[in-house]
Amino acid sequence: MAGLSNEVKMPEEQISIDLTPPAKSWMEPAVQFRKGTYCYSAVPKHQKYLDLPYPREWNPAEKDWKLPEHWKEIILKGMKDLLGQYRSLKLFLDICVRCGACADKCHFFIGSGDPKNMPVIRAELLRSVYRRYFTLSGKILRRLAGARELTEEVLKEWFYYFFQCTECRRCSVFCPYGIDTCEITMMGRELLNLVGCNINWIVEPASNCYRTGNHLGVPPHAFKSTLEFALEEVKEITGIKVEAPINRKGAEVLFITPSADYFGNPHWFTFLGYLMLFHEIGLDYTWSAYASEGGNFGLFHSSELAKRLNAKIYAEAKRLGVKWILGGECGHMWRVIHQYMDTYNGPADFLEEPVSPITGTHFDNAKSTKMVHICEFTADLIQNNKLKLDPSRNDKWKVTYHDSCNPSRGIGLFEEPRYILHHVGNHFYDMPENTIKERTFCCGSGAGLGADENMEMRLRGGFPRANAVKYVHEKFGVNLLTCICAIDKATLPPLLEYWVPGVEVAGIHELVGNALVMKGEKERTTNLRGEPLTKFQVTS
Amino acid sequence: MWIDKMGVSYSLLTVVVLLFISIGVWGIGWYSLLGVAIPYMAMIFFVAGFLYRVLRWAGSPVPFHIPTVCGQQKSLPWIKSNPIDSPYTTKGVVTRLALEILFFRSLLKNEKVELREAYKLLYKPNTYLWLGAMAFHWSLLIILFRHLRFFLEPVPGVVISIQWLDSIFQGLIPALYITDILILISLAFLFFRRVISSQIRYLSLPSDYFVILLLAGIAISGVLMQLFFRADLVQVKTWVMGMIRFHPTLPQGVGLVFYIHLFFVSLLIAYFPISKLMHMPGIFLSPTRNLTNTSRNHRHINPWDAPVKVHTYEEWEEEFREAIKEVGLPLDKE
Repeated sequence: MAGLSNEVKMPEEQISIDLTPPAKSWMEPAVQFRKGTYCYSAVPKHQKYLDLPYPREWNPAEKDWKLPEHWKEIILKGMKDLLGQYRSLKLFLDICVRCGACADKCHFFIGSGDPKNMPVIRAELLRSVYRRYFTLSGKILRRLAGARELTEEVLKEWFYYFFQCTECRRCSVFCPYGIDTCEITMMGRELLNLVGCNINWIVEPASNCYRTGNHLGVPPHAFKSTLEFALEEVKEITGIKVEAPINRKGAEVLFITPSADYFGNPHWFTFLGYLMLFHEIGLDYTWSAYASEGGNFGLFHSSELAKRLNAKIYAEAKRLGVKWILGGECGHMWRVIHQYMDTYNGPADFLEEPVSPITGTHFDNAKSTKMVHICEFTADLIQNNKLKLDPSRNDKWKVTYHDSCNPSRGIGLFEEPRYILHHVGNHFYDMPENTIKERTFCCGSGAGLGADENMEMRLRGGFPRANAVKYVHEKFGVNLLTCICAIDKATLPPLLEYWVPGVEVAGIHELVGNALVMKGEKERTTNLRGEPLTKFQVTS
Repeated sequence: MWIDKMGVSYSLLTVVVLLFISIGVWGIGWYSLLGVAIPYMAMIFFVAGFLYRVLRWAGSPVPFHIPTVCGQQKSLPWIKSNPIDSPYTTKGVVTRLALEILFFRSLLKNEKVELREAYKLLYKPNTYLWLGAMAFHWSLLIILFRHLRFFLEPVPGVVISIQWLDSIFQGLIPALYITDILILISLAFLFFRRVISSQIRYLSLPSDYFVILLLAGIAISGVLMQLFFRADLVQVKTWVMGMIRFHPTLPQGVGLVFYIHLFFVSLLIAYFPISKLMHMPGIFLSPTRNLTNTSRNHRHINPWDAPVKVHTYEEWEEEFREAIKEVGLPLDKE
């Protein structure tokens, strides 16, 4: 996935933002596939590997999308099925009063000013078709009741806007009925899938993951060598030889993390942090080369594909005979694990209720799913004084924390990461309340939209987040944005480079790794990034 | 294009036409149509439609456990969790829903984002919509409550008390109720907000204006009746009691304004089940608001769950056998 590189292709002209809506009604479908705003279509090879319908070469910017002959019937039948499967869809299509509270809550609307990015209108794109074919008033009054015919133009608009929503659920916080645009977008994408219209940045990682076990398509031998490479680095920095068992049967804990952690930058340093932490506390654990991915790009495609990819985690836990599962820093991975995994592939009755072997703490909040978030795990270690930490090793950084969408509005994981940050560093500053915790802003590239070709839209979508970072950067001299999401770590660096240069991005366990005083370690001269550690160095 | 611009005029025109229809029918003297047949039909529409819509929602399952979490989860015992915004118990969910339904709590969080200078965002609390919505809904509720005096014999003390409280600030006869004033102001606010703000106008449908105008028609005719065109309340009550006992009679001692009021009310309740007004029962069923955040400690069942094709470990080991061997990772099948 090229998007994981840090090479930034910025738009040539300075992005301009205008929030005034146009005179033309939204009911006229008119979508322009302008370069920089949309993602490329899924290539047939990967569609075929996953047995997805209607694989073909097609280009969103071209007039002919080579849709199957009966595409309209397929979509309407699909809509009928989904309405029968999801109360959320039926309800959310019926009860919106268009009060407009959600309008300026979407990062894509704030960054693009495109009124069809207002969550209410994004939903109306689907709702209008629902009204036309599934409600009495829409069938009779048509346009007057806000109903639209399903045409190719409408379908193209769906593609454009449902792949311009990162399923971050911020709008659903402000909606008086909790209408969740994520559900709408998910259903919209399910429908588009039926006629073979998805994007490559979702389908290719999903297909890789299905085959090799991870999105990046890392085969087992490469997985092993990258782990060994990391162990070398840990040795170089700390002088300690650390073990990292793979596919080891009988371990107590299986550790699952997104593959970007062991291949991306700056994810890598968080990866080193995990290895150091597990060694230091003597955790009896194993990695898996088969379930070598915590993330789940299937979620951005369909519930079926999400389930297919997710199945590996429990299957591997069962095969290896572990007691419970520990999960690394990732956003949508945690949406799946917290809200979907047990339903998809449970019950995990072959596992035990998670107990920290170090502190004896029972993780009651995970007693059915049996998977614990690493921030819960580490916060518990710190609170029980099980880690020796030297926060001054992170004195280079003035830190703020980006609440990643899914762990925030999916789990409510707000204080655990902050607790850790307060213990591993000396300088922490939160961004304004309107932009953190449940009101956090998306990085602008989640839900499969972190490609290179839509860079302009990513920068627009990430603008509100970057703007809040800029505020603490200017006010407190913040120079490090921490987060617990692999997509964030990949996409925030170019975003910040564009909007607020001088702020870097790191995972929380990178800072844990820096601060962790290990038994028998040599005197550290560098941080995990290989940058010299000077005690009094504080950059502003 | 015309929808956006004409939405307002079309809805206004519709309400005016409906007004003339009621006047016309009254003029011809078809009182039983306005006073008996239409109210009955509207009631049937309302009850049947309402039940149909709610049962239709209930007929679709909630396959996944998807609460929108707006507060700290309950995890480690020493971290203070938020029992309402990240509800852990049914009590928490009930509190969350009650605050949402009674006080529109999410709307109270509303803030307006402004673009200041080039590329500088500013967030300002924006409680106007919340105020307008609260004023409208609570006034409507109290007005409906006051109307119970037509439906209950003897009139309960609490209805009389509310009515007394509602007119407490003035000693006018006939009383001008506080809620009557509030509902008219709030409806005007909700209407002009849609017309004036280009953003809200963009997302409004003709039906959004129509409901407000219809409600305004009801409120205005009601106030006119209260102040100038007094109806004989004893007679009205006799008519209501006859209607609910299915021994309909025609109301005596009432004029045109009463029939307009009644006709608009009939239209509203008939329109209710096929409109966005269904947000009233809908909020109770919203899966992002009515579930506990206990997704990891209670398994949620998807009734339509079906087996899917997966890539098993055995298949994976088979495909990568040589590579796995080469680097010395353990194999299940040698």
